[in-house]
Amino acid sequence: MTNSVHILYFAWLREKIGTTDEALAVPDDVASVRDLMAWLARRSPGHAAAFENAACVRCAIDQDFVSADAAIASAREIAFFPPVTGG
Amino acid sequence: MLRVRVQTEDFNVGVELARLGDTSAGGIASFIGLVRAGEPPARRVVALTLEHYPAMTQKALERIAGEAQSRWPLSGCIIIHRAGRLLAGEQIVLAAAASPHRAAALQAVAFLMDWLKTSAPFWKLEEFADGGRAWVAARAEDTTAQSAWTR
Repeated sequence: MTNSVHILYFAWLREKIGTTDEALAVPDDVASVRDLMAWLARRSPGHAAAFENAACVRCAIDQDFVSADAAIASAREIAFFPPVTGG
Repeated sequence: MLRVRVQTEDFNVGVELARLGDTSAGGIASFIGLVRAGEPPARRVVALTLEHYPAMTQKALERIAGEAQSRWPLSGCIIIHRAGRLLAGEQIVLAAAASPHRAAALQAVAFLMDWLKTSAPFWKLEEFADGGRAWVAARAEDTTAQSAWTR
């Protein structure tokens, strides 16, 4: 079983990965945001560079901020980005 | 009255504040954020590009404004945040609050800005006079300021 998820990247993650978003079939054993970052890091050298320091990456599931421990099971849209710098 | 907008175009502070006042407001407090060129020896910033997460931004701003309204007796609240490329000196953000009493309005605006810095999905890319560019790093002081409002 796999779970198709829309994944978005912003700011320097988008630049390192080279795309704004991708639809991916995520294996069931990828359960948390932390697992997903490790799985994504294996996709390409750009992904590896983006997720090299996972502590610097923030995440939102279905447009709400979540921690790296959050479960991704029911997620439709998962976004990865650096700590925000608006205002 | 709660008004939250993300836009590429500039905003007119006078027009926005005039729309916020009504007979129940004893005062309006506001903050306007600008693109800072910086002082030597730092590299001079010529422009900023503000990237954001459109599907999330409106929701996040409404949540921040709603939180301010739940904490203070506000008769009105505005957040306008620009996105896209802005030159040094341009307006980035307007946060304003109207209330029967000034303390509530002033505190609410400080709260809105502290929360915008840490809870709205925007990212700033600086362009320097020497041709370089760099993503602005988040500041620990901003997180500390936001945490101070935690009840």
